[in-house]
Amino acid sequence: MQARAYAAPPTLDDALALLAEHGADARVLAGGTDLIIQVRENRRDVGVMVDVKAIRELTEFTFLADGSLRIGAATPCARIYGDSQVARRFPAIIDSASLIGGVQIQSRASLGGNLCNSSPAADSIPTLIALGAIAEIRSKRQEREVLVEAFCTGPGQNVLAADELLVALRIPAPAAHSGAAFQRFIPRNEMDISVTNAAANVTLSADGQTFTAARIAIGAVAPTPLLVPAAGAALVGQPVGEAAIEAAAAASRAAARPITDMRGSADQRRHLAGVLTARVLRTAIERARAS
Amino acid sequence: MTDKLHIQTTINGEEVEFLAAPGQSLLAALRDDLGLTGSKEGCNNGNCGACNVILDGALVNACCVLAPEVNGKQLVTIEGVADGANLHPLQQAFLEHAALQCGICTPGFIVAAKALLEAEPNADEDRIRHWLAGNLCRCTGYDKIVRAVLDGADRMRAATAAS
Repeated sequence: MQARAYAAPPTLDDALALLAEHGADARVLAGGTDLIIQVRENRRDVGVMVDVKAIRELTEFTFLADGSLRIGAATPCARIYGDSQVARRFPAIIDSASLIGGVQIQSRASLGGNLCNSSPAADSIPTLIALGAIAEIRSKRQEREVLVEAFCTGPGQNVLAADELLVALRIPAPAAHSGAAFQRFIPRNEMDISVTNAAANVTLSADGQTFTAARIAIGAVAPTPLLVPAAGAALVGQPVGEAAIEAAAAASRAAARPITDMRGSADQRRHLAGVLTARVLRTAIERARAS
Repeated sequence: MTDKLHIQTTINGEEVEFLAAPGQSLLAALRDDLGLTGSKEGCNNGNCGACNVILDGALVNACCVLAPEVNGKQLVTIEGVADGANLHPLQQAFLEHAALQCGICTPGFIVAAKALLEAEPNADEDRIRHWLAGNLCRCTGYDKIVRAVLDGADRMRAATAAS
């Protein structure tokens, strides 16, 4: 079923008015790399396509005064990973943004679109969760903020009401002596959907020897990407080293509730949740010590 | 009943106007309505790159863009790569290396390689292989394609140095 109408509202207020008017019949179009295919393959009915890429607020990113990064929800991945300041301050975002699809996808696909598509295997959501990112949501009725770890509610499902728009993602400034990283496992080098993925964000003591804070998130092992509080708890207060890393990996394996499908078995995914947790932790530690 | 939208865009340097259905893909508009059949439909779901075009300087899959989205934008398609009867250095290199068999993927590879080499004239083999990860060829095994792109890069650098 093809869309009946297409609109490219020039302002946020215009977009919110369209969503309020058309409700569930409307769908927000960002990069279209998921949505256009879903509509073409009759996996989703959309009456009105609301293209938000003419709205400046949704297609720009800015560093705020407190050092946090605000990314307009429809900003293409290629614009984000092409920025040297983002690369220096938020390398885990680059890890994710530079491996979603090939370049043709990256020039259109956005972190906001990846979040709203709410795939359990999404490659940017574990990173956003580990970094403590906040979703800024607007509708004509209200304005609210939701932590990314609470955004997805099931495969392809999330907290957005029919009239709500994800405007931006706000990523808190990195703490001193912190580092973060994302990795995924796929059977080839590029252009595939994660069998399992993981992100870590650690803060170390000033001497780099002790974990003082840690957030671990894993993907493609449950109906939604998961924050694993037990993995973070296994690290905090512990000396930086393989014993603590293995404890966190065990916590990720225990938190994983994977299914078996064409991409991998439940056992393989549970195993990978541990392996990838350990690997992203090692990279995050290196980055924290170099920061 | 859907109302078509009036779209004004620039394709290969020429101003073009057409009517687009709201849900029509850019690829369908190019091929079915504008007679630009050089961009190919391979997978029609964003995996194969056969429909690659350059939209406001960015390499995209035309199957994953809605035709109404190109209103006011600049497009380059495979038809705009050659300079009249003179083949682009990448096209000449593909010919000489026989970097194609059935040819369906070739326009996409050439447009994708052009987008890379215009931004990064010194891209090395590793960079080229990763850049072309979104372009699939089911005939050649890729080696001839990569060699043609490397050779095309040499020719493009030589042409730049000579001008």
